[in-house]
Amino acid sequence: MDVQLTEEQRQVRELCREFADGELRPNARKWDEEHHFPREAVAKLAELGLLGVAVPPEWGGAGMDHVSYAIAMEEISRGCAGTGVIMSVNNSLYCDPVLRYGSDEQKKDFLAPFARGEKLGCFALTEPMSGSDAAEMQTTAVRRGNEYVLNGTKNFITNGPQADVALVFTMTDRAKAHRGITAFLVPSNTKGFSRGKPDDKVGIRASSSCSLFFEDCVLPERCRLGAEGEGFKVAMSTLDGGRIGIAAQALGIARAAFEAARDYSKDRKAFGKPIAQFQAIQFMLADMATELDAARLLVWRAAALQDEGKRFSAEAAMAKLYASEMSERVASKAIQVHGGYGYIKEYDVERHWRDSRITEIYEGTSEIQRLVISAALLKD
Amino acid sequence: MRFEPTESQDAIRRLARRFAQEHVAPAAAENDRLARFPTELVREAGELGLLAVNVPAEYGGSEAGAVSTALAMIELSAADCAVAVTVGVTNMVAETIARFGSEAQKRHYLPRLAAGEHGPGAFALSEPHAGSDPAALLARAEHRGDHWLLNGAKQWITSGDRASVFVVWARTEAGAGTRGISAFLVEGGTSGVTVGRHEEKMGLRASTTVSLAFEDCAIPADALLGQAGDGFRIAMMALDGGRINIGAQATGTIRAALEASVRYAKDRKTFGVPIAEHQAIRFMLADMRTELDATELLTFRAAALKEAGAAFGREASMAKLFGSEAAQRAVSKAVQIHGGYGYTSEFPVERYFRDARVQTIYEGTSEIQRLVIARDLLRG
Repeated sequence: MDVQLTEEQRQVRELCREFADGELRPNARKWDEEHHFPREAVAKLAELGLLGVAVPPEWGGAGMDHVSYAIAMEEISRGCAGTGVIMSVNNSLYCDPVLRYGSDEQKKDFLAPFARGEKLGCFALTEPMSGSDAAEMQTTAVRRGNEYVLNGTKNFITNGPQADVALVFTMTDRAKAHRGITAFLVPSNTKGFSRGKPDDKVGIRASSSCSLFFEDCVLPERCRLGAEGEGFKVAMSTLDGGRIGIAAQALGIARAAFEAARDYSKDRKAFGKPIAQFQAIQFMLADMATELDAARLLVWRAAALQDEGKRFSAEAAMAKLYASEMSERVASKAIQVHGGYGYIKEYDVERHWRDSRITEIYEGTSEIQRLVISAALLKD
Repeated sequence: MRFEPTESQDAIRRLARRFAQEHVAPAAAENDRLARFPTELVREAGELGLLAVNVPAEYGGSEAGAVSTALAMIELSAADCAVAVTVGVTNMVAETIARFGSEAQKRHYLPRLAAGEHGPGAFALSEPHAGSDPAALLARAEHRGDHWLLNGAKQWITSGDRASVFVVWARTEAGAGTRGISAFLVEGGTSGVTVGRHEEKMGLRASTTVSLAFEDCAIPADALLGQAGDGFRIAMMALDGGRINIGAQATGTIRAALEASVRYAKDRKTFGVPIAEHQAIRFMLADMRTELDATELLTFRAAALKEAGAAFGREASMAKLFGSEAAQRAVSKAVQIHGGYGYTSEFPVERYFRDARVQTIYEGTSEIQRLVIARDLLRG
């Protein structure tokens, strides 16, 4: 057992923290208010190798381990949670499945430019009528010779408005239920592909999501990722890693909120002294710090297992469940510590709270995480 | 002992409900989006007698008692908390004047407040450095023969940009602690009062929240409310009643969150069934309903004690503390039940979520409520 960071991991943390303090924190509020996708910041993330953190260098990535990825995600998200999810989707939900299931030819076209951050990917599983129950999807891909014809709608797709390629999950054989799902890489210039307008979200407003529409989109076989019927496995295994990304995002949000509360409590006076001298506030801060550390260890444990090539689904689910719910509690307490000032946009804590809320919903709701965890522990 | 409203209390409830459902609720989303003050709705509330519910009829009030006030506030809050807080503060100001005002003050201000045509009422106690600790307020009033000169700054003043009358607290005697604070009635439009910036709030966006600057603001000698030195006591008594309002607000919030959640849960399907069939969702709805009833009963208990002329401070604090914290849980569950849809402006639950957050902060934070309750139960 060793919980110390390696030199490389320390360096990644330093690099990302510096970037977040310099480029993200000063702009996050503006981006949130304007619902603005931070192109320039994302380009800089690319230069730092952060859009393909765990992708091997031969495929354009930074070749780092998943603990480093979790560290990077936490630091970036502390600066701007929206930028964090842009990064997480490209890394975990797009590059990772292409790396694991793609042919070399696919990796050349569909992985390398994305790991380098020259292009952006997205993950299109959710539909208007199927979120938690992914296998109920209605989007279809019908085989026609050595092509497929896609029809359907996906919604709430993060990076959807900007993506160059969408990893799309379709039903190719409904009789086989979840074993009849197949994944495709759909370039955004495919005829018949269109996008809805961006969703108006409560938080993570620097990132954008939208619906994707497929109307008789014709895809060559080389756009199919993995085998026919392997799609559900692609999606579920991908989400395991994605959950670590989101859990780390939640850590960043929570840490930003905690630090703001800690600093404010030393400053703000009531009844003749800084509120940090009241037990009520001290206890809140103590709980916040403890939960944050516990969540981080859960995240690093899952990432370390992933690095060792071991099964990590239950651990990733625990990390995501706990870190996301923790981030909402911590951000909420941070607002409470700020009193009225916590409710106005001039201070960052209200944004941190709004940002935290989605972490309990996307990439598998807390309810789904509980099902995954209980299934694992109830197994014989 | 009875737990049902009387006939006349129910009449007020029905009146308020109709107004809330037919006029307030349909305008809520857009007023929030535009941060637009609902001038027309406040005027209509006046016409319906909802701005001075617990004020004697001879001064233009509805003379319907504290329970009816709570019932009306619940209905308004279920539709739009921004309207509810505007109406609630107006009622609080009206009751304060009715209780502590001279005959002349009552005759001058109460009919105008009740009618709602000249603007809502405003309660100017908090300052930038005095929130939880109002005794630390710095605003001062100097007696100059036939008038007073007010100097100071107030913060967080609901409707402060358009009030027909402000109750303003200021120190009239240095070195006398809470006994050196007095309350004054300042007519809207008095020169020497400057409205500062409008706070950009996370929620309650249709309600205005401003800072006020008093610079050698001259008010007549008879602007003093009650006796010199009565101010702190007046504020605390007003807030006791205000806390019942927040208990009522929380009740309305939880009810709206629950109704939306039940509707959605019966409709939305996952894994072949409406999500209302899943234990996880059932447990959430059960908890929401239980806490709704508890909040409502705590609120009615405090209101009934107030109406009976009994001491009700601790009960009001409990209603506010419990209700506001239960509301947080309820609106968060409502978002969770709606999944991704709960995070976008397409559904009302994200507004309930944003609007509810301030309930544990204003009119005495949860921390202050805990101090009030503990002090009371440890007495003697």
